[in-house]
Amino acid sequence: MVDKQGDNASEVNINEEVGEGNTYEPSEQYLTFFIEDEEYGIDILAVKEIRGWEPATEIPNSPEYLKGVINLRGTIIPLTDLRLRFGIKQFEYSPTTVVIVVKVIAGEGEKIMGIVVDAVSDVSDFSKADIHPAPELAANKNAAFVKGLGSSENKMVILLDINELLNAPDDADLTVVSRATF
Amino acid sequence: MSIDLSQFHQVFFEESYEGLDVMESALLNLQPDKVDSDTINEIFRAAHSIKGGSGTFGFTDVADFTHVVETLLDEIRGEVRDITSDTVELFLKSVDCIRKMIQQHDVGDPYDATDANAIKAQFETILSNDLPTQAGESLAITPVTASHEIQNDSPAPHGWKIYFKPHQDILRTGNDPLRMFRELESLGPLIVAVDVSALPHISLIDPEACYLAWSLELKADVPKAVIDEAFEWVADESELSITPVVVEDDQVSAPEQLTPYRPAVKGSDLSKVEVTSIRVGIDKVDDLINMVGELVITQSMLGELGLDFTMKSLPKLLEGIEQLSQNTRELQESVMRIRMLPISFTFSRFPRLVHDLGRAMGKKIELKLSGEQTELDKTVMEKIGDPLVHLVRNSLDHGIETPQERLTLGKPETGTITLNAFHQGGKIVIQIIDDGAGLNKAKILEKAKQNGMVSDTDVLSDDQIHDLIFKPGFSTADQVSDISGRGVGMDVVRRNIIELNGSVEVESTEGEGSVFTIRLPLTLATLEGQLIRVGRQTYILPLISIVESIQSFQGMLHRVVGGCDLLRLRDEYVPIIQLSSLFNIPSDSKDMEDGLLVVVEGDNMKVAIFIDDLEAQQQVVIKSLEENYKKVEGVSGATILGDGTVSLILDIAGLIKLAGVQRHEYKAVHKGDDYAA
Repeated sequence: MVDKQGDNASEVNINEEVGEGNTYEPSEQYLTFFIEDEEYGIDILAVKEIRGWEPATEIPNSPEYLKGVINLRGTIIPLTDLRLRFGIKQFEYSPTTVVIVVKVIAGEGEKIMGIVVDAVSDVSDFSKADIHPAPELAANKNAAFVKGLGSSENKMVILLDINELLNAPDDADLTVVSRATF
Repeated sequence: MSIDLSQFHQVFFEESYEGLDVMESALLNLQPDKVDSDTINEIFRAAHSIKGGSGTFGFTDVADFTHVVETLLDEIRGEVRDITSDTVELFLKSVDCIRKMIQQHDVGDPYDATDANAIKAQFETILSNDLPTQAGESLAITPVTASHEIQNDSPAPHGWKIYFKPHQDILRTGNDPLRMFRELESLGPLIVAVDVSALPHISLIDPEACYLAWSLELKADVPKAVIDEAFEWVADESELSITPVVVEDDQVSAPEQLTPYRPAVKGSDLSKVEVTSIRVGIDKVDDLINMVGELVITQSMLGELGLDFTMKSLPKLLEGIEQLSQNTRELQESVMRIRMLPISFTFSRFPRLVHDLGRAMGKKIELKLSGEQTELDKTVMEKIGDPLVHLVRNSLDHGIETPQERLTLGKPETGTITLNAFHQGGKIVIQIIDDGAGLNKAKILEKAKQNGMVSDTDVLSDDQIHDLIFKPGFSTADQVSDISGRGVGMDVVRRNIIELNGSVEVESTEGEGSVFTIRLPLTLATLEGQLIRVGRQTYILPLISIVESIQSFQGMLHRVVGGCDLLRLRDEYVPIIQLSSLFNIPSDSKDMEDGLLVVVEGDNMKVAIFIDDLEAQQQVVIKSLEENYKKVEGVSGATILGDGTVSLILDIAGLIKLAGVQRHEYKAVHKGDDYAA
């Protein structure tokens, strides 16, 4: 986490240079995407690339949401279907279905993983003031991986902590992260 | 200006390890009866540079220890003292001791100096015995005024007076008196008085020369050697006198004011980060650079072609792509070569091992090494070390007879163990050959029958009998000796080798000796694989673990109630593992008769894997699943097939575990059969 904040800081500096003297409120950029009409966001600095969906090689005896592993230019990476991970019903993969390849901090090192989402939406800036803490959830079980709710203009984005999310144990119950909950 | 010396520590450690290896092998080659001055010089040089380096980097314990070693070596070199086999043993011990000290510094652990002190004391005893007349001369390496020699190790109770007048060139050689004074200051209160009488007129001053001399008084209760050390590098080029402070009246340096001597702890903040590095021959790097150069040329050629492409240039494009693929292949090969090291890295530990064990067991053994330049992947090399040591110990302990026995048998008194390495058919072969007693078939068979591994009626071939020694729980040693029989059996050796995708065999002739042959893949990065298909999934089985595959096995199947299915394969029963049900994936074969059985061997037992089809055999590059995911039971890794899809590599031992096929359960049904191959 500390590393990531360091990255953030340098990113802000770059922005300032590019912006030629424009003063920025410290803000964070999020890549947003859709799952079942709900917009979610993850820290853009964790995103390595976005790929189209392609069939993966199944891993025996793995949870249903783990779609398998794919070859990312010679590296084997696992794909997690966020829909299934959140306990939302299976969706036919469509041309908009994408794999977001992310870098996750796991223990001392980093892992490269893919998440399967319905569609990529946008890159949004949220200043600290725009991010509201997530409401206390029933069993508070999602608090660890929901960083907060980002609001801008007239939309609301559920900001996910991708590290917590993808490091969660296989059997952790991550259901009901949707509008219904909030 | 101060330089952070710790950045050079790793280099110093590596060089010291190399120096120690040089010392060790030279010592082993030393014939006490005819001392070869070249060898002694070689050992001396190695010791000297370790001492110098450790002094510079602040590893005073190493420097102090090496100092006595060096002193004795110097006396031997100067033919003041003779070398005996006992001294050689002592030197070997000291090599171990220095290695240990350096390792401790390397990892940053505190060092227990008990051993070192004991060995150092032995050296000091030798050195003080019948002190040779030329002692003053032989101590030239630490020049001191002869009159103060006796005080070398006894601290002066009231400190030291030092007069230091360096040579004018001292600054040009990169030495800085200030640094030395600082080091002295770390020992205790230091009074410095400068003598400027030699300073010429300012117009005549050479700014790079040193005209100063100093009188110092160090009020610390330290041995003289510590002060010598501070001036170690400049002592040759300066006027230096170190005399103890003589107390004339009470007011001069009362004992209370003395700071007790504490060695400066430098480098204690050694980073504990483990760095594994490879030393690569410069020729390999040059090759790589050339290769990349060619790749860049090809790439720019293709780039240019793309700028103005017409169908006419198609042949040229194809040619370029062909060249590109050749460059890539060569590049891959040279990158692989970087990980390859000559097997001498592993072999080099054996002369010492054989020397020590031979002495301990009273056996005379000559060790021959051949094929030391044969190259092997670093990872494989690290893992093959222990099995090799076990096999060599075994040959020494069980193979080679005692000198008396050998003479009675009409063999030469000295036994021979040969370590041989060579390449054969894309594999590396390592052989351990001894001319000892060979395996005792009758004894092995008897033991196997006692253990119920073989039934009384079984008739086994010689090879089958020899193979029994690799079975778990098997030992022919009559008694557990210090050398072997410590619970690590040949079964562990075989398992370790199989884990490396290798194999081990033994050939033996009673009375003439044995040959253990290990075959290993050159690298762990690739594997000869057999592609198999279950449903729409393709998996890879390591070719080496496949015994055979059986297409029609009607009448060979046995269903065990409450257990797994068994295949009757000639005279053994082999449990069947269904991949589709084990991995919970659909399979094409509705019936057992539709598919295929592949008999594989892993974890000391055979199983038959039921699959839909066999596909091609090919070499695959092993990729880690754990890197980005985690360990998957029954799968040892993954690879990428020609079409870019990922295929999983099966791990036989893991599959057996996953399927819950247990050896004992199976043995209960057909006792003993699984061992009678």
